[in-house]
Amino acid sequence: MSGLKSNLSRFRGYFEQTARLMVGVPDYDTYLEHMRTRHPDQPAMTYPEFLDNRLEARYGAGKAGCC
Amino acid sequence: MARILNHVPWLFFAVLGAFALGTVALARGETINALWLVVAAVCTYLVSYRYYSLFIATRVMRLDPARPTPAMRHNDGLDYVPTNQYVLFGHHFAAIAGAGPLVGPVLAAQMGYLPGMLWILAGVVIAGAVQDFMILFVSMRRDGRSLGELIKAELGDIPGVIALFGTFMIMVIILAVLALVVVKALTNSPWGFFTVAATVPIALFMGVYMRFLRPGRIGEISVIGFFLLIAAILLGGQVAQSETLAPIFTLTGVQITWILIGYGFVASVLPVWLLLAPRDYLSTFLKVGTIVLLALCILLVAPPMKMPSVTRFVDGTGPVWSGSLFPFLFITIACGAVSGFHALISSGTTPKMVENEVHTRFIGYGGMLTESFVAIMALVAASCIEPGIYFAMNSPPAVLGTTAESAAQVINNWGFVITPEMITQTAQDVGEVSILSRAGGAPTLAVGMAQIFSDLFGGKAMMAFWYHFAILFEALFILTAVDAGTRAGRFMLQDLLGVFFKPLQRTASWAGNLIATGLCVAAWGYILYQGVIDPLGGINTFWPLFGISNQMLAGIALILATVVLFRMKRERYAWVTMVPATWLLICTLTAGVQKVFHSNPAIGFLAHAERFSTAAEEGRLLAPATSMEQMRQVIFNDYLDAALASLFVLVVLAVLIFGILSCLKALRSDRPTTREIPGDRVTAGAAE
Repeated sequence: MSGLKSNLSRFRGYFEQTARLMVGVPDYDTYLEHMRTRHPDQPAMTYPEFLDNRLEARYGAGKAGCC
Repeated sequence: MARILNHVPWLFFAVLGAFALGTVALARGETINALWLVVAAVCTYLVSYRYYSLFIATRVMRLDPARPTPAMRHNDGLDYVPTNQYVLFGHHFAAIAGAGPLVGPVLAAQMGYLPGMLWILAGVVIAGAVQDFMILFVSMRRDGRSLGELIKAELGDIPGVIALFGTFMIMVIILAVLALVVVKALTNSPWGFFTVAATVPIALFMGVYMRFLRPGRIGEISVIGFFLLIAAILLGGQVAQSETLAPIFTLTGVQITWILIGYGFVASVLPVWLLLAPRDYLSTFLKVGTIVLLALCILLVAPPMKMPSVTRFVDGTGPVWSGSLFPFLFITIACGAVSGFHALISSGTTPKMVENEVHTRFIGYGGMLTESFVAIMALVAASCIEPGIYFAMNSPPAVLGTTAESAAQVINNWGFVITPEMITQTAQDVGEVSILSRAGGAPTLAVGMAQIFSDLFGGKAMMAFWYHFAILFEALFILTAVDAGTRAGRFMLQDLLGVFFKPLQRTASWAGNLIATGLCVAAWGYILYQGVIDPLGGINTFWPLFGISNQMLAGIALILATVVLFRMKRERYAWVTMVPATWLLICTLTAGVQKVFHSNPAIGFLAHAERFSTAAEEGRLLAPATSMEQMRQVIFNDYLDAALASLFVLVVLAVLIFGILSCLKALRSDRPTTREIPGDRVTAGAAE
């Protein structure tokens, strides 16, 4: 039973991650994990800062739309 | 023995697919079920994915699961993040899917569904999916660099600049044509216009909510936004019936054009969090959700195909777009079979997030197969409505006249049975005043979708709701593309203009921003305006131009992929990209030359200019011109369009010549000369 539950929550996690990435927002936890392990000396961005940063990356530079 | 047994299920799919395809192709006169098309398509995808994409992955590219990807080497938690392949597939698909695969097949249905279907299937397997997969591979092996940079690195600086310029021109054309689709759908439609206009305040509200009330709650605000959209559709129905409000929202094509131009300008200078980003959330989720819903509904409803498999218009006399099957079918259906735009996406964000090289097969090749399936669904939706209704909606007023009676008479003469009552009844069913001459794909697709959806949910009473839902779904992501495209075009333009006048290059400067945005909007706005006043409906003229430019970009991308294979010393396998590149070049060059020089004024721009010049000299006025001034304007536009088409032809030829030179140079070298980032395990000097 708990196996099914953890499978479901993992599936939900992937679903949310996919939906966010579709609009250009990668996983925040992955980013935090990356900052913690690779750059422990630097401060990580807060979630709103992170969103702003991704917004700028998606629309700021010359990104082409879809067809 | 086990190895042979492995192939048995695939043999089953191959036989089933061949049988379904045979059923579709050989049906003459009798109506077949749409499921045959679906089965034929899915089997083709499965078998080509299992065998052809595997061949490309293992023999041509030699994907190496142990080789570090850009995401591994540059992992920064932001742009470069190793991402689960299913999650990345979703991201990639949402980026490539747009209006293209929905509009092209609808327009192509004038020749019947068979030619379109065959091109969609053959095109995607041999050209489209190969292009997406190859460019994703090439970019991934080069730190996820963009198409322009890749062309510069592998072909040289000059073809790089040529390709960049070509990309900008395509952008302008695509924005104009997409905006034209929206104008055609919303003209004299108070319900549609109100609903689409309501998305602006809804998006603004979402932007403020995300920024100040509950920062970062993307899911929550998207759900709220979705319910507001549904409310806007329902309210739109009331507006359309109100005697005071309906006239306010009943606008002509020219009025909507000016509103769109103003909107495009304002939207692309506003901060992105306020309008563009929330609008993007809505349109992306609605797009993907509706595509899934449509797939399910087609499977459950299994509608019969009412359009003949081949119509008399294969001879090139069709009312929706002019020109014969070859080459124009192959540029009318671009996305869905092969789309150059995907080369920009495959060299965009996706290659930076690939976790393992072998995933590119699923993401690149598989993603494009899925997009192709969207095109098949659009073809089904357009072919399951009455052919008479299809032609009433898609033929220009210059052919049909402006009343249901005149339209029915013309269409009956073509051999498609339709009565004026059927036309007015359909308009009533979908809650519109008129459905005549709404070329551009969106309204036809909306009627088809409304028919399929209402079969399952709500019956006839809900048809008007589903029609406007479908219009909203398309208009929403087209407008997002217009915002985002204008913004991207502005950056490109500032880059190009900055070469001559430095201060313009500063993207943060307000003056530079406003000037470049203004120029960009003016460029697509000008073409849009010409399309709207065109008595042939605009789509007739501009959709082929868009198709040529898009396929041209695909040709350029495939030339790049060919050069890369030669430089890797894998020229033995270069046919994988050379065959589709050759076909695309034949189609685009023939179409480009015909658009300029064809003696039929409906096809050739120069012949059209000639006709107007002759009339002007004799002092006669031809529609749409109402004065000599406008006559001269039409002639000028013809020359402008001819110049654009010629320019595309020249760009392709230039890149082709540079490509051949690069291949020859690579052949003379006895070692790989490609500019890949070497894998970690490879020692210096022993590349590959």
